[in-house]
Amino acid sequence: MYTLSSKLKLFSIILMVVGLLGLIYGFIAAPATIDEVREMVAHDDHGEVVEMPLTGQTEDEIEDDAQGFDFVPSEHQVETERTDEEKHAMAEDAELVHLEHLLHQLQNKPWAALYVSAFFFFMIALGVLAFYAVQYAAQAGWSPVLFRVMEGITSYLLPGSIIMFILLALSGFHINHLFVWMDPDVVAHDEIIQNKSGFLNVPFFLIRAAIYIAGWNIFRYFMRRNSLKQDDATDNFWYKKNFKLAAGFLVFFIVTESMMSWDWIMSLDPHWFSTLFGWYVFSSMFVSGITVIALVTIYLKSRGFLPLVNDSHIHDLAKFMFGISIFWTYLWFSQFMLIWYSNIPEEVTYFVARIEDYGLVFFGMVALNFIFPLLLLMNSDFKRVNWFVVMTGIIILVGHYLDVFVMVMPATVGESWFIGVPELSALAFFAGLFIFVVFSSLTKAPLMAKRNPFMKESEHYHY
Amino acid sequence: MASKVIHALYTDDDLLLQAVRQVREARYSIREIYTPFPVHGLDKAMGLAPTRLAITSFIYGIIGLIVATAMMNFIMIQDWPMDIGGKPSFSFIQNMPAFVPIMFELTVFFAAHLMVFTFFMRSKLWPFKKAENPDVRTTDDHFLMEVTLGNHDAKELTDFLFNTGASEIKLIDNK
Repeated sequence: MYTLSSKLKLFSIILMVVGLLGLIYGFIAAPATIDEVREMVAHDDHGEVVEMPLTGQTEDEIEDDAQGFDFVPSEHQVETERTDEEKHAMAEDAELVHLEHLLHQLQNKPWAALYVSAFFFFMIALGVLAFYAVQYAAQAGWSPVLFRVMEGITSYLLPGSIIMFILLALSGFHINHLFVWMDPDVVAHDEIIQNKSGFLNVPFFLIRAAIYIAGWNIFRYFMRRNSLKQDDATDNFWYKKNFKLAAGFLVFFIVTESMMSWDWIMSLDPHWFSTLFGWYVFSSMFVSGITVIALVTIYLKSRGFLPLVNDSHIHDLAKFMFGISIFWTYLWFSQFMLIWYSNIPEEVTYFVARIEDYGLVFFGMVALNFIFPLLLLMNSDFKRVNWFVVMTGIIILVGHYLDVFVMVMPATVGESWFIGVPELSALAFFAGLFIFVVFSSLTKAPLMAKRNPFMKESEHYHY
Repeated sequence: MASKVIHALYTDDDLLLQAVRQVREARYSIREIYTPFPVHGLDKAMGLAPTRLAITSFIYGIIGLIVATAMMNFIMIQDWPMDIGGKPSFSFIQNMPAFVPIMFELTVFFAAHLMVFTFFMRSKLWPFKKAENPDVRTTDDHFLMEVTLGNHDAKELTDFLFNTGASEIKLIDNK
């Protein structure tokens, strides 16, 4: 039996408290009125000058201006005193519109930070559950010694998905403005969203979310229960039951996961759509999940709790980390390249916003998620070196946090993003909660599943 | 120089592995082993050095990537930077996504093919090569271990091999 060390418990509680305090600060620091935003902009040390478009001047022309091309009004636009005054009034209006826009972004910031971290840790638990089901359905012979570790990690699914549901419900009740299609004023002037309102409306959205969450958690509950019952069984009845449940879960999962990614992430940009988005989100959660399995396994092994786990098991997990990282890159590139190549305005704005405002994060996370695992885990010997796997695992996790970050942030806070107090606090809070829930759950059952028909093979697994 | 070898035939791969360990422990030197199929763990039992084929493949892959990059940079960007359907051809990086499929394929192509040719060259395989088969049964269901006689006593070595479970032992004059 594993016992939660008091150090780890204290560590996770400190993370949660620090994170919570930071989050509270983040919500307090967010501006409440336009005047506050005006003040913030005025006191901005960077002294960034926000250029307002003049009458008849488009944003492109402002950019040209900055590059030395002067905006010359055509001869038809003769400036009289009257239009001059009007222009002045319109510029003030435009400034007001701009400040209001900024206000919404800054108000969204702590919410979006919370949302990104909540989703990131929730998706790890769901990815592990999918991996666990795959191992059952494929009757894998190497992994049964890791089943209890996986079950422990999936225990975060329940709290994590409930937190996600609460966040979605708060958006639905207009506590925040993360989802622009939930704002009736916006929808009233937006025909594209109006045409999607058959799918994107708050009651249906919340009902769908409740169905996904209930389904995943019910499958998780029964699979864990059967796995524990198999320990004391005299035949393989509960194992067979789990095999069928795993196959059923995988069918349910791939449908609901895909829809979940449209609902919870893609609908943040309701004007945009991509058909392989569900797969893309899936690969991200799958690789983060496998990485966390590897990290927790290595941690427990180093503490002497998993005597039967050998280097070959770590090697296999590292192979999965390597392979699924490349799979993720394949999907990322397929989505990016198809849209970049055809350059259809309604689709390409998604990437324009990301490349212009998030350039470093957007391409940096591709380097973290692709080049690092590719080069660090290609060598067969490196995959057996535990600290190497841990190092790569941490890089992969940081990369996939940033992946979720660039999926969510451009639609919610736009160019006002920063990885500061609210973002790091949310990350710390959920990391603490995750560690606490996962390691508490690991203490509740023996770390070796008994009587699994593949257990013997798994114990002697050797690659 | 004429040297003598002993051919010991086995009918079972477990027996063979056991024999290999015993022969190595007794410090006789194994020249070659012929088997009809890969015997798992034989290379470890014989103490063969691990292959470096994967390392060559990695290097070939990098060469392929360089070839693809240099080729497309020259053709599409340097030599004749035409506007084809509005694709930006001012610098390589601007148009890179369009080149990635070719860069990927050429990397795989070079890594795979050059590695295969390396394998053929290192293992000396080619279409009209004369088969080096000491006993035709080794392609079907027999395992053959070739042990150099050296300065050992032939009778002693034969007895030793017989005790490891060899079903047939022959003294061969190697030319």
